[in-house]
Amino acid sequence: MARPVRFNITPKPRDAQGHISMANAPDGYTGEGFFTTKLSEVVGLARKNSLWPLPFATSCCGIEFMATMGAHYDLGRFGSERMGFSPRQCDMLLVMGTIAKKMAPILRQVYIQMSEPRWVVAVGACASSGGIFDSYSVLQGIDQVIPVDVYVPGCPPRPEAILDGIMAVQDLVGKESIRRRNSDRYQQLMLSYGIQ
Amino acid sequence: MALTNERIRERLTEKFGESVTAFSEPFGMLTFEVPKEMNLKLLQFLYDDDELKFRFLTDLQAVHYPDDKGRELAVVYHLHNFTDNVRIRFKIFTGIENPDVFTATRLYECANWMERETYDFFGVNFVGHPNLKRILNVEEMDYFPLRKEYPMEDQTRIDKDDEMFGRGGTF
Repeated sequence: MARPVRFNITPKPRDAQGHISMANAPDGYTGEGFFTTKLSEVVGLARKNSLWPLPFATSCCGIEFMATMGAHYDLGRFGSERMGFSPRQCDMLLVMGTIAKKMAPILRQVYIQMSEPRWVVAVGACASSGGIFDSYSVLQGIDQVIPVDVYVPGCPPRPEAILDGIMAVQDLVGKESIRRRNSDRYQQLMLSYGIQ
Repeated sequence: MALTNERIRERLTEKFGESVTAFSEPFGMLTFEVPKEMNLKLLQFLYDDDELKFRFLTDLQAVHYPDDKGRELAVVYHLHNFTDNVRIRFKIFTGIENPDVFTATRLYECANWMERETYDFFGVNFVGHPNLKRILNVEEMDYFPLRKEYPMEDQTRIDKDDEMFGRGGTF
């Protein structure tokens, strides 16, 4: 006979109050049986709570990111538990670590392979500015080859800092106009990086 | 009888006379210098000689001495005799204006990548090398980064304020 699984000898009432955070509904008009709001807000809400990260980890910041993904810091709380290791499936490129000049075209290629809309986080001093590697072989910040949305400072940043960066991306994603990626200004930005 | 540094020196002087110079033994490793035209003759002799038997090229690299006019670049060869477990090192010097050195790839296949690396970082032109192009750095690089002609920092950088890094500025 199967034994019933019980974790407490005396059953406790479920204590879920305040332990689960829910995304708030966007502003809009509510009436009997209907709710109206802007499409961009609904799309933003859906996007920001299901960002799929693409980790591009080359050094110690990647180790901090492993902690961020793990149970203790739990990136899954932000709807990002699913690491995609194909750029074609992902929304958020996380560049963590020193990017050598020889690696720069590969990083660019990975960025180009991601489909729109896409966001980029430069995690740590090296990805943001070259860091201590002020040298002939190291790219002085990934923003020389691809546009970056959020920079996370630190050498390496703590998992809390990475989470803060991801929350900053969520904020950008939630507020982004659905027409932004078609705008002239965005096209100009892409062209300035030589990306069609 | 084990091969001693004295014996190696004797054999070299027998064969090449006065052209092998500047013998020294830092940390017990025999080190000497030859004219750059003789590097292949010397390598071949060390390889073929039944007593010396230096048949393994451990390492090959260069050093830049910017103040030593006419002999700015030193190419250093490290050789190993596996039979007697003896290592030696010899250097050739070349001017930086015309850094042509004969390639050792005919004798040692492993010299191929080592010479490419030496070319990549110091610009030593190995005459007769089958594929002398950059191996570690980006191909579009237009200088030789390990020559002591360039500041350590990347000069294309504009985001670093010298004042903040204690390099000049007002304080």
